[in-house]
Amino acid sequence: MTSRIFAYIPHKGGVVDDSAAELLAAAKKIDPAASPTAIVTGSIPELDAVCNTLCASYAEVWKVASDSLAYPNAELVRQALVKVLPAGSLVLLPHNHFGIDLGPGLSVKLNAAFVSDVVGIDGIDGTILKVVRQEFGGQVSAHVRCNISAGAVINVRPGAFKPADGGVAAGKVIDQPAQVGPLTAKRRYLTTIAPEAGDVDISKEPVLVSVGRGIGEKDNIAIAEELAEAMGAAVSCSRPVVDAKWLPKSRQVGSSGQTVKPKIYLACGISGSFQHLAGLKGNPFIVAINKNPKAPIFQVADVGIVTDMLEFLPELTEKVREAKKVTA
Amino acid sequence: MEILICARRVPDTSENEIQLDSAGNDIERDDLVYSINEPDNYAVEEALQIVAKSGGNVTVATVGGDEDEEILRREMAMGANHGVLLSDDAFTGSDGKGIATVLKGFAQKQKFDLVLTGVQAEDGGAQVGGMLAAMLDYPFASLVNSIEVLDGNKLKISREIEGGNREMSEIDLPCVLSIQTGINEPRYVGMRGIRQVASLEIPIYGASDLGVDTSTVGEAAANVKRDDYFVPALGKGAEILEGGNEEIADKLIELMKANGGLQ
Repeated sequence: MTSRIFAYIPHKGGVVDDSAAELLAAAKKIDPAASPTAIVTGSIPELDAVCNTLCASYAEVWKVASDSLAYPNAELVRQALVKVLPAGSLVLLPHNHFGIDLGPGLSVKLNAAFVSDVVGIDGIDGTILKVVRQEFGGQVSAHVRCNISAGAVINVRPGAFKPADGGVAAGKVIDQPAQVGPLTAKRRYLTTIAPEAGDVDISKEPVLVSVGRGIGEKDNIAIAEELAEAMGAAVSCSRPVVDAKWLPKSRQVGSSGQTVKPKIYLACGISGSFQHLAGLKGNPFIVAINKNPKAPIFQVADVGIVTDMLEFLPELTEKVREAKKVTA
Repeated sequence: MEILICARRVPDTSENEIQLDSAGNDIERDDLVYSINEPDNYAVEEALQIVAKSGGNVTVATVGGDEDEEILRREMAMGANHGVLLSDDAFTGSDGKGIATVLKGFAQKQKFDLVLTGVQAEDGGAQVGGMLAAMLDYPFASLVNSIEVLDGNKLKISREIEGGNREMSEIDLPCVLSIQTGINEPRYVGMRGIRQVASLEIPIYGASDLGVDTSTVGEAAANVKRDDYFVPALGKGAEILEGGNEEIADKLIELMKANGGLQ
């Protein structure tokens, strides 16, 4: 194992992203003896705070400071990394909106392999890195071999690698500004627009009746609304329902939507993609209702019901109403 | 504007339960329902809306075999002007970089102002668009959920980032964008539309037509290879409630009460 491992760490407002610890854990899976190097880009003074934080867990932190890197524009970050990274490096990135933007093109410019959305690492065999990916919405997994003889960019799924305990390092910061020089981009960041607030704030609801593609058509949303009303709950949804314009974006649970922390989460006709589950926090009691017994949601749910939600929900609504009458 | 969409035919996960075959190392491919990769369909719709306003042509290309022609016809029925099949025995077994290399050959053979891909394929890694852009030295943006054509040969785009936020940028043409679902509402394609394009000629280009060096594509050049498919050992998994719907509903209500969900 001669390749040097780098972890590119995103940050915002001087605060290090959660991926810092996860990428460190992933690097240790590649090679338990490795001492991975954190690499960060940005502008001073935020970047100094970031480096200080990272020194507690990484033995070495490469600091690439430039005013043109103040906003993490993947095109500019790529130019900087291509100048700074040694040939043959293994570069770990989080597979989020930034890593998806940066990773594939970076691998081309480094003449390195690219392996995307890695959820497991089985180690190295010669010049072959053995990883695990998920395909078809998480319904099956795949063993994948990646030839790393010329280096590799490895996009790591957020949340897939549990941070290791301890391992405190007294890291040193190494400045890498001189090689970077002036950077210009053909894509220029303008601004960030916050989402519009919805009629219901699903992030504060204790019980959510959440619907996915299995709802079938817009008129069926009423079936979920009736159950929610009977339960004193709110209706949320997964991405396909918003894509189809059946519910507004403000009702979407997931990494590109809202983060929710209910006590009870009824996932109805939701397959359970990792992007959706990323928006579900606080260890709720999850009930999965899905026709497809292979749906990944059944792996994370507490209780599963393999049935057609369109038939089951009205039945449940009736029963909830009856139960409330008895209690009253 | 001349627009290229790179599309793929994939097993439709909304129509299929994907499971392992009897040998246990590949997915069961008999009886799979295939369709165009969903985000690619949004990319075609976006292109059609752009040329409706600004003029130009929409070309849909796919790297594959004869069976992949059906998605090209579907997108032509939707309104794409041209469908092109990039097919050669030498392309078989390509990884993402191999596919991007083939597409680069086609993008250089004809001149396109804008190249669109879907954000990700069902069995892919959200990678081909970014690789293609880097190979062409075009700017790139992923997860694009709005496009506005500006004067001066550029676009104003938004990207879907965390928490429903939209990152707004300007990007120079020519460029490559990966399109996120939900950017528009793709138009319906009926059987009549499909029949109307059934007899149209679909050109097929191989490695020599595209100027692709066959040592850079295919299985031998692939740095990333799938060994097998498997189903990981489950964690504890859900407790599956059995019985009729009525019986299950009663059990579920008790469970929800016990977990603080029903007062």
